[in-house]
Amino acid sequence: MSLDFETLSVEDVSRHFGRRRALSRVSFQVQRGSVLGLLGPNGAGKSTMLGILGTLQRATSGRVRYGSHEAGSHSATLRAAIGVLGHDLFLYPELTARENLAFFAALGGVPDPGGAAATSLERAGLADRGDDQVGSFSRGMRQRVALERALIHSPRLVLLDEPFTGLDDASTGVLVSRLRGLRDEGAIVILATHDLDLAEGLLDHAVFLRDGRVVESLARPDALRARYRALMTRSV
Amino acid sequence: MFARSAWLVLRKDLTVEVRSLEIALTTLFFAVSAVMVFAFALVREGRPPEDGAAGILWIAIAFAGTLALGRTFERERQSETLRALMLAPVPRPAIYVGKLLGIIVLLLGAELALLPLVAFLFQAPLFAHPFWLAAILIGGTTGFAAVGTLFAAMLVRARSRDVLLPVLLYPITVPVIIAGVRATAALLQPELDVAMVRFWLALLVSFDVVFVTLALWTFEPLMTD
Repeated sequence: MSLDFETLSVEDVSRHFGRRRALSRVSFQVQRGSVLGLLGPNGAGKSTMLGILGTLQRATSGRVRYGSHEAGSHSATLRAAIGVLGHDLFLYPELTARENLAFFAALGGVPDPGGAAATSLERAGLADRGDDQVGSFSRGMRQRVALERALIHSPRLVLLDEPFTGLDDASTGVLVSRLRGLRDEGAIVILATHDLDLAEGLLDHAVFLRDGRVVESLARPDALRARYRALMTRSV
Repeated sequence: MFARSAWLVLRKDLTVEVRSLEIALTTLFFAVSAVMVFAFALVREGRPPEDGAAGILWIAIAFAGTLALGRTFERERQSETLRALMLAPVPRPAIYVGKLLGIIVLLLGAELALLPLVAFLFQAPLFAHPFWLAAILIGGTTGFAAVGTLFAAMLVRARSRDVLLPVLLYPITVPVIIAGVRATAALLQPELDVAMVRFWLALLVSFDVVFVTLALWTFEPLMTD
């Protein structure tokens, strides 16, 4: 069983690693049925933010509210509402695509893990390769399996860390249309990326991070590249 | 839910291992090599050292166990699958139990291969009391693996994990190794001292209960950054 929520609120979240401040008083809010982009250079704090939203890390201060709930008291049921696609793909190369998907579906409490795995393979366009070991797949094929793994338990909140890395044009197109589909189905999608060209037109909100701080937050962003360049070269 | 999740993780680990045989073969090769080296060094004119078999068996188990623990979690680190397990909507201690059971199964498999070798090279009547021997091996392996699984999971992202794991693991598991050695040595006496075996076995079970309880209690906070 998973928690359901309409809104994700990040309120004054800071995260320190010793003396280093990975995030400083970051705040934003996102509603279901929208895609939010966390944009910024390496070391801006995007992955740390995703780690906190995914309950893998704790905020040093501030709080994250999933609707009316907070992470601490509902950890397992809250995780059932979260799907994460990391820069690393979270797949076992020795297992087949079907076994990987069925394993994570079973862990995610999906009633028919085998059936869910078959449906996911169809959706990824890999039904004919389902019984091959993931280690034999190309990066793009693994990425498609990994995306289905992240979504197999129908999460409300989808967190994606640099999902376009290493994808060819065809795989990128499939991923973009899948993300639009998730938005239409009412998911909250949060995307950390450097790829501004792909993010353009996909995002409903953009949060620009620099050195762990929000430097700008925009609804319906356009001209992302020019805005990004202006924000990241501006002295603080 | 808890037992099912632990079973899923155990089954996944065993499936991966059956496909690759990577950990089973390296662990076994290492353990057999250690026993052979001790046999060549200590057995003179066909006479093994008194009670040497028990110590050598447990040294081989401890060293091979450390290797297995490191490799098991290295596998989870390579594709960051440990993070995926931590993200699963199941009680995180169930993940620990699944990993622990997988390591125990692997080590017991290695011990099954080691026992006849140690018995032959050190002329030790290890199979004279199979029930007691099985209880001692299961008790000792569980205690060692309970601590090792927790530390190996904690250290999975540490840069010097290969150095830190034995540094942390051996001092804490010394009581388990000593109890295992003493219990096994008691089995090898010409006259079985059941009271002595029971005493050391009870100590092993006590360590197991303490270590597993502590690990279940601390696993979630330790694994959340």
